Amino acid sequence: MSRVGVFVCHCGSNIAGTVDVEHVAEEAAKLPNVAYATTNKYMCSDPGQQAVREAIIEHNLDRIVIASCSPRMHEATFRKMLAGTDINPYMLEIANVREQCSWVHKDKDVGTPKAIDLVKMAVAKVNYDAPLTTTTIPVNKRALIIGGGIAGMQAALDIADAGYPVTIVEKESSLGGRMVMLDKTFPTMDCSACICTPKMTDVGAHPNITIKTLAEVESVGGYIGNFEVTVREKAKYVDYDTCTGCSLCETKCPSKVDSEFDQGLAKRRAIYRPFAQAVPAKPTIDAKNCRKLIDGKCGVCEKVCPVGSIKFDDEDKVTTEVYGAIIVAIGYQLIDWTKIYGEYGGGRFKDVISGLQFERLVNASGPTEGHILRPSDNTEPKTVVIVKCVGSRDPEKAKSYCSRACCMYAAKHAHQYLDKVKDARCYIFYMDIRTPGKGYDEFYMNTQHDGARYIRGRVSKIINQNGKLICKGEDTLLGSQVTVEADMVVLETAMVPADEANQIGSMLGITRDKDLWLSEAHPKLRPVETNSGGIYLAGTCQGPKDIPDSVAQASAAAMKVAILFSKDELESNAMIANSNKNLCNGCGACVAICPYGAITLEEITARENSVMVTREISKVNPGLCQGCGACTVACRPGAMDLRGFTDEQIMREVAALCQW
Amino acid sequence: MSVVNDTQAAASTGTETFEPKILAFACHWCTYSGADLAGLNRMSYPANVRVLRVPCSGRVNPQYILTALNKGVDGVLVCGCHPGDCHYVSGNYYAKRRLMAFRRMLQYTGLEPERFQVRWISGSEAGKFRDTVTSVVEQVRELGPYKPDPALAALIDSSVDASNPVLPEGGEA
Ligand SMILES: Cc1cc2nc3c(=O)[nH]c(=O)nc-3n(C[C@H](O)[C@H](O)[C@H](O)COP(=O)(O)OP(=O)(O)OC[C@H]3O[C@@H](n4cnc5c(N)ncnc54)[C@H](O)[C@@H]3O)c2cc1C
Repeated sequence: MSRVGVFVCHCGSNIAGTVDVEHVAEEAAKLPNVAYATTNKYMCSDPGQQAVREAIIEHNLDRIVIASCSPRMHEATFRKMLAGTDINPYMLEIANVREQCSWVHKDKDVGTPKAIDLVKMAVAKVNYDAPLTTTTIPVNKRALIIGGGIAGMQAALDIADAGYPVTIVEKESSLGGRMVMLDKTFPTMDCSACICTPKMTDVGAHPNITIKTLAEVESVGGYIGNFEVTVREKAKYVDYDTCTGCSLCETKCPSKVDSEFDQGLAKRRAIYRPFAQAVPAKPTIDAKNCRKLIDGKCGVCEKVCPVGSIKFDDEDKVTTEVYGAIIVAIGYQLIDWTKIYGEYGGGRFKDVISGLQFERLVNASGPTEGHILRPSDNTEPKTVVIVKCVGSRDPEKAKSYCSRACCMYAAKHAHQYLDKVKDARCYIFYMDIRTPGKGYDEFYMNTQHDGARYIRGRVSKIINQNGKLICKGEDTLLGSQVTVEADMVVLETAMVPADEANQIGSMLGITRDKDLWLSEAHPKLRPVETNSGGIYLAGTCQGPKDIPDSVAQASAAAMKVAILFSKDELESNAMIANSNKNLCNGCGACVAICPYGAITLEEITARENSVMVTREISKVNPGLCQGCGACTVACRPGAMDLRGFTDEQIMREVAALCQW
Repeated sequence: MSVVNDTQAAASTGTETFEPKILAFACHWCTYSGADLAGLNRMSYPANVRVLRVPCSGRVNPQYILTALNKGVDGVLVCGCHPGDCHYVSGNYYAKRRLMAFRRMLQYTGLEPERFQVRWISGSEAGKFRDTVTSVVEQVRELGPYKPDPALAALIDSSVDASNPVLPEGGEA
């Protein structure tokens, strides 16, 4: 027989105003197993809590019901209070007689009977409360960062500076991401390389940071504090331990292919570094284009390498290591406009280029050494049209969202073009101008002073005629059709999630939004956490943003990791699923339904009906289980239950209500 | 004697309007906080609803609904986070699929669809909570008290007894 104490709070007049609290306590005292029932003006106050503590001793209570405000308000308070008594903190139920009773009903005749019912339900449930304990799980203080763009690098540096080892897994052969491809950055116009490459060097030289390039995460198991991660580092065909990065091989390699870094505007060799300041500062061989690796005929690099670092027999390296936290910083890519925007030439007109190609064109170390020249004939364009929102804010054809950085970098491109080319004309087709940010609107206004002409409307068609690009569009402010004869057109294309965002999201249990951006745990209050404990987001993988926002988010994610690593152990959730091995038939329905991969099947050997049998049963990992209870409903033999919300507890509540 | 019994007596003699009893399962993260917000905003809605808090709409076993309907409530409402917003990633999708199939089965047995409804209400949708609750109460009031099919009730009785649930004793794996 349990001994329940019921404590009904007045909450000043908040509850007592529309609920006859004394009557509620009187009725509660008549309920089975209730040993004591009383009221208090403010149950959550120090004297209120003290009164509960004293009543527990005096009436020898072993569990309590507090009829007060929402459990979302003070369940934690009363659990903490119980921790200081002989009663387990989970031997507590809250009847919500304020938010869901006294505040929504205007008179006592209505509020009081409802409050009594709510107390009945809570008493019915508390009778089946069981003492729960948390377990501790160890924290491996090593962080994994997926993606080595500016966000990944910033997060790595912060965590490494806090004293913890960090591994960066980068898909490409160098760190840097998109930022290192940019020429200058708005609104201050500092040179991107000048602020990005020092960070890359810092990352490369930091004693706490390990970099794995040409690498991808293959699988992730485990849970917060204990992720088991398998990474595949693709064969580089160059021994990084001995290579000095002299780049002699690069100058002698006979295979030339389009440079990804220069967005196809220049060539690179088959053995290459994507750009001069690459980190690591060592080349890799692109097996698809290497003559030696294709048909065995070449090997010039091997001959010229002064230290014998070329390894044509190199193989992929697969390693599995344990990390305590993971930050995803896989960034973004640009929408493939050629497939969707046939009216802009669909990629057929050489002088219709993307914003990222423009960045390479104006860059001093780019294919034209910073001279803005048309890709088709290397002449200087005298009229440039910039088209914004190509793929952004266009739900019919592409994406419904705003890509956030384009208004600003379109202004930047106009400014750079007008600065470099004399007597030039620049037209910008726009839908709206969005420049929130420190110094951003001023930057845009300056571009207008530079002479950029903003036309409010979309370009409907581009026609290639005698070397000119005829842009037809609408000026919605004048309400008339406009035609601009341009020499070059720059399309500011939409940011879209990285190729593997969906796959990485499902591997790590991160939800994706309708456009496949990775979702944060809460849009306002938990912007860098995900719904999976120990996994955080940084940068544009969460949604389009510019560099300052990416960096801020990266530092925030790093801080979350540092907080996690400041503890040696974590307390697991007490209210988790639990499988009864005698009832479990090993069907695995729970394994399939668990969104956290917290349930596994395990073989056991046990005596059943006096024979030894070996069979599979389900086992819940207390570190991974978040206590949703989906498995309990999926369980056909009824073996799975949820602590704190057991079938029996819920049925008792239903039963109490049915006696209404 | 409590006020509850008075109203019940009145309802059964048919001298007053029938007051339906509605059980609402609400997930902790969305609908339960939406209901709290309705209180915070001092909205008002009929007192015919009792909210039973569950961690997730995916935790709601159809068995609870059967038991409730056959043991005395007139209508059941299950509420959770909007699709895509589940705190537990996918719980509400499971709830949706499972409960929709279950709802059709109940309708097949003759239950009026108004008596069992599933709604998605977020933590900020206090007004939607109020409106949903109000409309369910009105709809069920129109229908009158629920009289379970005796054969069905007997069948359910044989599998679960609400006052003494035949449920496995919890054991450690
Ligand atoms: C034309 C243009 C001009 C811009 N100009 C400016 C500007 O002037 N100022 C400004 O503030 N912002 C500007 N931006 C925006 C800026 O590029 C981004 O804000 C910034 O680069 C985001 O950094 P990030 O680290 O989040 O992503 P990224 O730079 O995309 O880095 C992501 C990294 O993750 C790697 N990766 C991807 N998938 C995987 C995987 N599966 N496994 C491992 N690694 C992976 C990628 O290779 C990459 O290195 C501009 C953008 C464009 C398109």
